[in-house]
Amino acid sequence: MRSINLLAGGEELNPLVPHTAELIVGAIAFTLLFLVLRKAVVPKFEKAFTERTQAIEGGIERAEKAQLEAQRALVQYNEQLSSAQGEAAKLRDDARIQGAAILEELRAKAQEEAARITAAAHASIEAERQQAITSLRNEVGALAVELASKIVGEALEDQARQSRIVDRFIEDLEKSQKN
Amino acid sequence: MPASGRFYAEGDGFVPPSTNDFNLPPIFESIEWLTKPVLLVFLSVILVSVFFILSARKAAVVPSKLQFAGESVYAFVRNDLARDVIGHEFMRFVPYLFTLFTFVLTNNIFGIVPFLQFPAMSHVAFPYVLAIFTFCVFHYVGIRKKGLGKYLKEIAFMPGVPKPVYILLTPIEIATFFLVRPLTLSLRLFANMFAGHLLLLVFIMGGDYMLRDEHLIMKLFSPFSFTFGIALTFFEFMVQCLQAYIFTLLTALYIAGALADEH
Repeated sequence: MRSINLLAGGEELNPLVPHTAELIVGAIAFTLLFLVLRKAVVPKFEKAFTERTQAIEGGIERAEKAQLEAQRALVQYNEQLSSAQGEAAKLRDDARIQGAAILEELRAKAQEEAARITAAAHASIEAERQQAITSLRNEVGALAVELASKIVGEALEDQARQSRIVDRFIEDLEKSQKN
Repeated sequence: MPASGRFYAEGDGFVPPSTNDFNLPPIFESIEWLTKPVLLVFLSVILVSVFFILSARKAAVVPSKLQFAGESVYAFVRNDLARDVIGHEFMRFVPYLFTLFTFVLTNNIFGIVPFLQFPAMSHVAFPYVLAIFTFCVFHYVGIRKKGLGKYLKEIAFMPGVPKPVYILLTPIEIATFFLVRPLTLSLRLFANMFAGHLLLLVFIMGGDYMLRDEHLIMKLFSPFSFTFGIALTFFEFMVQCLQAYIFTLLTALYIAGALADEH
């Protein structure tokens, strides 16, 4: 301390007067620092900032895209669901109509069958009746002739006359029945 | 006897610290220019460079703690000083403003860092240099943008002012742009650092002097002086940050003014 005091000759130095050496040192030091920071620091930080901004913006963009996609999928699913529901309803209706048709068809078929069976039964009954009538007529004829011949005592040799008599008899019988 | 012995050598009065306390002797007798402030300035260049190079080296999207620390300082200068003040052309000036802020801040804070404890900016040469740089930068920017004639005309004859006012306004404007701005810029920084350091010296040397005094009452009052010195150290820290901010902010404002179409 004292040595500088002696160097300065004891009098106070004006603090506003710069030292030439310090002016040069200050300029060099500042320029050096400026070059280093401009070259190695500022671009790096700017790069980090840009990348960060991009990362955030990219993230937001991706999220928006995903949301859009999800919305589209939702709309699509809803459409598919409603169309499936419509289709199901249509199928149900179809099935109902078809079922009713089948039922109707079966019923008609059954009725037809029943009618057919009834008709067949009627026919067979009629045939049997005819047969019975015929045989009955023959038998009754024969019996009646036999009875009559026995009663009358004379044989009716003529076959044609016999049957004519029987027919007339039966006709009379039927007439009397109808009356 | 250590340096503080001088108080006794000078007689029995307290010798307050003076401007001579800022004239430190060369570290080596043979190299006269290599004084403590010179060394500190170089140290600041190394510290700032190393810190920010390490911090910016990876430039990761998700920053580490170190990168975050460096980025915060950089983002403060870039966004709050350069972008908000200068506007859309700010990116050109970010390296300069960033260097200015970190350089001034580091050298200021050296004033309260233990063992270093000397603000290099209390040597007026350094603020002068910085003010000259800023002076050159903002005039250069203005001339590049508008051309020499138009730039000077806009300074001397502010548009939109009644003609007779120019008699008063023109000398003031010229003085402002070419004298007041660089002078106030450098002297503000210098005086703050100078006065702050002097204040710390007064209280700490005063405490030291009182502690060595033979009267008991003086010894008892000595801790108060030290306590005040410590409180002032915190205050100094605030002033040091503030001055670095102001220097950078004013530089940005001057650049913005030179770039503006009409001021």
